[in-house]
Amino acid sequence: MGATDRNPSNSSYYVTNDFYAKLVADFEGWDLESRRIDEGPSLVRARSILFREARYLDQDRLRDWLTLFSPECAYWIPGTRNRGDPRREIAFAFHDRRQLEDRVYRLETGFAWSQTPVSRTSRMITNIEVFDTDEPGVTMVRSNFQVTEYWNGQIRFWTGYAVHRLAPESGDDLGVGAILAKQVNLIDCDENHRNPSITL
Amino acid sequence: MTGDGTAFDFDALIHEDKVHRSLYTNPAIFDRELTRIFGGTWVYLAHESQIPEPDSFFRTRLGLRPIIMVRDGDGVIRALYNRCTHRGATVCRAAQGTAKSFACPYHGWTFATSGKLLGVPWREGYAHDHRQEDQFNLAQVPRVESYRGFIFGTLNMDAPALADHLGPVRGPIDDWLDRNPGGKLVLSEANRMRFKGNWKLAYDNSADGYHVIFSHRSLLMMENRFAGDDPKGMSFYRQRPDSGRVRVYYFGNGHHFKDKRPTLADGPGAIWRIEGLHPGMEGYESEIRERYGARADAMLDLAGSIPMNINIFPNLLILGNHIQVLEPLSYNETATTWYGTAIVDDEDELDGAADLINALRMRTQEQFPIFGEVDDLTNFEEIQAGLGAEEDPWVYMDRGLGLPDRFTEKDGVVSGPATDEVFMREYMKHYKTLMAADPELSISRGGHD
Ligand code: FES
Ligand SMILES: [Fe+2]
Repeated sequence: MGATDRNPSNSSYYVTNDFYAKLVADFEGWDLESRRIDEGPSLVRARSILFREARYLDQDRLRDWLTLFSPECAYWIPGTRNRGDPRREIAFAFHDRRQLEDRVYRLETGFAWSQTPVSRTSRMITNIEVFDTDEPGVTMVRSNFQVTEYWNGQIRFWTGYAVHRLAPESGDDLGVGAILAKQVNLIDCDENHRNPSITL
Repeated sequence: MTGDGTAFDFDALIHEDKVHRSLYTNPAIFDRELTRIFGGTWVYLAHESQIPEPDSFFRTRLGLRPIIMVRDGDGVIRALYNRCTHRGATVCRAAQGTAKSFACPYHGWTFATSGKLLGVPWREGYAHDHRQEDQFNLAQVPRVESYRGFIFGTLNMDAPALADHLGPVRGPIDDWLDRNPGGKLVLSEANRMRFKGNWKLAYDNSADGYHVIFSHRSLLMMENRFAGDDPKGMSFYRQRPDSGRVRVYYFGNGHHFKDKRPTLADGPGAIWRIEGLHPGMEGYESEIRERYGARADAMLDLAGSIPMNINIFPNLLILGNHIQVLEPLSYNETATTWYGTAIVDDEDELDGAADLINALRMRTQEQFPIFGEVDDLTNFEEIQAGLGAEEDPWVYMDRGLGLPDRFTEKDGVVSGPATDEVFMREYMKHYKTLMAADPELSISRGGHD
């Protein structure tokens, strides 16, 4: 890796002050009734991408899961109910492309004790709604989720809603690179969690 | 409030080289800790930045006692019992905020932020006026003192002044703060976790240099996957840590300090150079270098994690830029909250760079809790499980013990190599003294006019 390597898997030049500012703005006030898309290909596509994402995660296909994210993506789990600004507050998690790959790399080492044994998960994704944005073809997708996690002899739940910002459809991509940003809003994001090590 | 009627022979439970499992597994010992330690000695309660102005409050606990930290209308910092003096309901149910008064939701008794009882509905139904009687003001922790923004409290009127109790550990705290503009920091939300295990498992671990390359093996591999010959983060431990310059210092009263700064290269930029890879690093670094030139290295160091690890018994662990707070919930459950810190540049010493530095600094603080602490917490839980074995009761902490020339002792400060368990042995001696004592605990009713 050299100083001029701009591949976002290797370096993080794209996460700038402007990037954060746009991210925060994009995830504010997007769920207007007037922008809701109730039917048609956007909804079918959104559902297909979200279900596929859930399946990859449930099947521990983390490398396949990574392919769904765009090169210059954001993955954001706010730690407060009003979501805050990740430039000014600690998030439950905030990853760029490289750190998403870090996350997967760590789990693959075989030495991540918090995931030994590996959690078994089953995700239910419901209430999918698609909203149009000012950027041509870009949509915001809201969904409710409940993840059941079985780990070390116990069952527990992670619950909330996710917001996916999806890139315009590009034909035959099967969702590859579609997720520009994902925000995971846990209903108990500001609570102390036991072993928060699965990928949401 | 003391004297639980249970006799423990702490000499039989705590030896020089080992401690008994019951310290971690016996609920009666936990109950005793709630008075002898969480009450009997100074306990960290909150940071001043969490109650920045008059009438702000923050809900916490002293042991299991529900506490409201307030800055009252006159700006006085108080630790009020969150316990209505009528029949005991909590009067404050929000985690934090501002309030002119607290009204009990059950029968409407109202209290000032100073704890003073203001009103009792339908007072004519009582034969006396509660407002004239001190015992109806909210109880308060009678001694609340701050050291450079850290607020502590104790119920023990015989405890020394906070500054004396902290003693030489104030040196590292001062260093930790003084590197920042104005010598101060504010809290900026947190990574919040809990584990099914005794709180001392986290305190035992707090300066443990022995576990790092094993417990955090996955993180070390991850943060060095691009590093080549330029090792990052905790890589120091991969060499021969005991012959290096990192030392652990025991300061008395249970406080200790692991100083990793001697591994830093000289000059500005040394902290930044060993920082792992985080979102925005390259983008922000190039912007800061472009805008600030020769000053950039020192600025980037403020975004990097300072390699210091200061542990204030029993519940405040300063690690890198974090303020980690332990809260015992039961003998086998503990909350551990990793508060992030941000710099504040009131005097604009940094010519507008503070926001850029903080944006980086949030990310450099998230990585360890998310990718490192989770593995430690799992190991703590597995210790708690292992200690279920009654017939095999000893927990050993004898690393370094008995080796010649292993330790130095100067002015009451004991120091040893990075992986030694000397700090555990020493804090356990202090723990034994506290647990064997029977201090008188008291509350106050506020000192109102
Ligand atoms: S318990 Fe608070 S007013 Fe009765
Ligand atoms: Fe650790």
